[in-house]
Amino acid sequence: MAAKTFNIPTLMQGLPPHTACQGCGHGIAGRIIYEVIEEMGMSSNCVAFHDLACGANMLFAQKGNGFSGAHGRAIPTATGFKRTRPDMLVFSYAGDGATYSIGMQHTIHTALRNENITAIVVNNTNFGMTGGQMSPATLIGQKTTSSPKGRTAELNGNPIDITEVYSGMKIAYLARGSVDSVANINKTKAYIRKAFEKQMAGCGFSFVEIMAPCPTNWGMTALGSIKRMQDEVLKLYPVGEYIDGGAK
Amino acid sequence: MVKITYNAARCKGCHYCVNACPKKCITLSGDTNNAGYETVKFNETECVACGSCYTVCPDYAIVIEKED
Ligand SMILES: Cc1ncc(C[n+]2csc(CCOP(=O)(O)OP(=O)(O)O)c2C)c(N)n1
Ligand code: SF4
Ligand code: SF4
Ligand code: SF4
Repeated sequence: MAAKTFNIPTLMQGLPPHTACQGCGHGIAGRIIYEVIEEMGMSSNCVAFHDLACGANMLFAQKGNGFSGAHGRAIPTATGFKRTRPDMLVFSYAGDGATYSIGMQHTIHTALRNENITAIVVNNTNFGMTGGQMSPATLIGQKTTSSPKGRTAELNGNPIDITEVYSGMKIAYLARGSVDSVANINKTKAYIRKAFEKQMAGCGFSFVEIMAPCPTNWGMTALGSIKRMQDEVLKLYPVGEYIDGGAK
Repeated sequence: MVKITYNAARCKGCHYCVNACPKKCITLSGDTNNAGYETVKFNETECVACGSCYTVCPDYAIVIEKED
């Protein structure tokens, strides 16, 4: 027996490779979620609710329970399930496009209800799957296929910062992690663990945003996209815990 | 003793592992896999089993085992 092993969680073993692009952040975000689930002993007692975007690659990269519903509706679908099975660990997994555009009403009202689920949002600052259009989280100046000259506040509005939107709301937990470095990946794992533990303790809504690269649509090499995260993206969207609430 | 299992067929050549290794024991192999990605190679004797390469790999191509 090895004294110490770094290997993917059992739920992810023995499957064909996922089809996300070279260097895509979803591969890391999806894996650390299942590492936490395994460490909590919840592998056979959890359900993932995926959005219909690049993150759905992660639905097929694991053998546990999972469901993919309509685009932008992962959070309400997870809500419905959790209300019927409060014993299970239930989380939604979606991108910034899904969560802050088409699904924004759920992002607000689920928090207002302090619904007892965990929402995980992988924020790569664009609509990845459909070809890199501007999302609400796109940075000022960022060139996308729908803002070819770069986003401007005058024409497109300012980028959404979920920590400002949820500021003062009575939810159980809000944190922002990142997959750009070993240190931040480990921090993000700890945030996911805390979010899941709060859910299982019935504390209410927990939300973890994970900043991630989309090298393909950023038009960068994989390592170049990590540099952009550190030089630009994480300066606007800093990693940390923002709300750490108590019991419901 | 450290055992590194590298699945070159799964590797997508992002080279995040090369960047993350504190002991600089991962380098470009100069080869490509069947999917056309440039793979990496490991110097097992320098490896301290920190797990950094595993942690940053988006494609689950690396397993690190440390024996007592
Ligand atoms: C109702 C509906 N509207 C639009 C689409 C097209 N669509 C698919 S994925 C997507 C957005 C993807 O961006 P994001 O949610 O940020 O996820 P990412 O792919 O970047 O991970 C859109 C608009 C759809 N599938 N269904
Ligand atoms: S388009 Fe972007 S988000 Fe989608 S799989 Fe490729 S790198 Fe990942
Ligand atoms: S486990 Fe650590 S020291 Fe060993 S190859 Fe990976 S990153 Fe380098
Ligand atoms: S991090 Fe993984 S996919 Fe990227 S080059 Fe290293 S082994 Fe290959």
